[in-house]
Amino acid sequence: MISSLSKRLISDIRAFWRSFRLSAWLGWQIESNWADPFLFAIYSLIKPLAAVAILVVMYSIITQGDYTSPIFTYIFLGNAFYIYVGQVMTGISWAVIDDREHYKTLKYIYVAPLQIPTYLLGRGVARFLIATVSVTATLLVGVLFLHVQIDWGAVNWLLFLLALFLGGIMLAMMGLILASVLLLLAHHMWGLGEAVAGALYLFSGAIFPLEVLPPALRVIGYLMPITYWLELLRRSLVGQVAGAFPTLVNLSNGQILGILLALTIAFGLISRFTFKWCDHQARERGLIDVVTNY
Amino acid sequence: MNEMAARAPGVRRVRKYRGWRLFLQTVVARAYPRVIGAQREKSWMFFDIFLPLLSVAAYVYVYRAIQAPEEYVGFVVVGGAMTAFWLNILWSMSSQLYWEKEQGNLALYIIAPNSMMAILLGMAVGGLFATLLRAVVIMVIGSWLFGVSYSVSSAWQLALVFLITMVALYGMGMMSASVYLLLSREAWHISNLAQEPVYLLSGFYFPIKNLGFWVSMAASIIPLTMGLDALRQLIFPSGAALGVLSVEVEIAILLVLSLVFLVSARWLLVYIERLAIREGRLTESRR
Repeated sequence: MISSLSKRLISDIRAFWRSFRLSAWLGWQIESNWADPFLFAIYSLIKPLAAVAILVVMYSIITQGDYTSPIFTYIFLGNAFYIYVGQVMTGISWAVIDDREHYKTLKYIYVAPLQIPTYLLGRGVARFLIATVSVTATLLVGVLFLHVQIDWGAVNWLLFLLALFLGGIMLAMMGLILASVLLLLAHHMWGLGEAVAGALYLFSGAIFPLEVLPPALRVIGYLMPITYWLELLRRSLVGQVAGAFPTLVNLSNGQILGILLALTIAFGLISRFTFKWCDHQARERGLIDVVTNY
Repeated sequence: MNEMAARAPGVRRVRKYRGWRLFLQTVVARAYPRVIGAQREKSWMFFDIFLPLLSVAAYVYVYRAIQAPEEYVGFVVVGGAMTAFWLNILWSMSSQLYWEKEQGNLALYIIAPNSMMAILLGMAVGGLFATLLRAVVIMVIGSWLFGVSYSVSSAWQLALVFLITMVALYGMGMMSASVYLLLSREAWHISNLAQEPVYLLSGFYFPIKNLGFWVSMAASIIPLTMGLDALRQLIFPSGAALGVLSVEVEIAILLVLSLVFLVSARWLLVYIERLAIREGRLTESRR
């Protein structure tokens, strides 16, 4: 009995890994094959660096270039790591639109021997890798040219890697929820991912402490896992800066990690049920191979 | 038989125009779906207004977090409203002929007995009108939410600056639409790429003067750079002190840009259409 269960488990893990690996490879091919590597690298860097430069210029105008203030490091790091949110979350959901409307291959993927959620998660890997390049470049620019106060010797690497790993899973789960909803949408498919990423950018304290928001809006920030994820990343890289802001100062690293883990599990469960329901609805309504040209 | 069909109840004889009347009819026909279609799909208005407002709010709160003077909040609101025009240029002007090619409409445009320039102009007029409504709503809501007040120093200059900024901007969109004809998937990526860097270089969220004179001059190739700078000078009390050039000079630059872009659009359209026909790219759909 135990032997057959373990065989089944191993077989499931193998099937998961095969689908995940191949869809990650496919995602990379799709993301990168439109340009030569040099152009692709520039493309991956220009957008995020320009986005962070807007904030740097805004900050430097008002403070006359006082980059030593903790708020600058707060803004810079929040904005840098938020690149993952846009790339991973919208990347996974975008796979539905790309495959259904653009390449018209979603129906073939459905009939292939793989699990669709695994496939969609795999498609997010390429975006995660691209985001990692962008985040690294942004951090390097910050440390080398803008005095972002990261003391590499004092970085809590274990906490950083743990937060990054957990955050990656959390974002993937949020992306899967979006992807599930997009299975049913035709009209708003282009705007939904951006709307969610934009709203989270505003409410998660990515580029300003939550205290700046009106109290009623602050509550939304406390419910979002990204708020805790960004706080953990800041604490692991620049503990003294994170401590300068009152947002989550009463919570220890362990408590924030616990909250992030709980919210990640919650979003994982929500994504499972959402996908199941949306997938069923999409099949019922014949939306798997719909092409709207909208 | 044809005469009978023309007289049958419910069958209206279509009057066929030529020359400038056909040109005008084409402009109206191409503008129509942009204006009417956009208003029919009310939910799009939510996304077109909601998304820029989110960015506006985020940048406003950044300024508030670093205790910037309240006028900077106004700069962000005006810049945020103008993003609607830039996004319209990127996605609904520059990329439009590429989308039309992908959907198979481009060949129909070309074989129809109308001017392609009229089609581009119709796209521009329709896009401008539909986007103007959104920009006004973004500005009104943003100003109301964040308590922005304005002080217009010259209403006629304000109207003139806005008008020629739009002429130059949509002229640029018409020109780039031709260039995009030769592109395939790159068109999407290029439009995507031209968002944040342009927000930065054109000073959408801060006075462009802060990037230095020469960077401002280089960025003035994008009409919104000078347009935004002049608008801010005309509607905020401290705007004149933060302007990179005087409003009169900026108006002159915008007039030159308008002329250059419109003439280039006409020339490029003819040249690239010919090139695309020769290379067999008008009906391709490379995924």
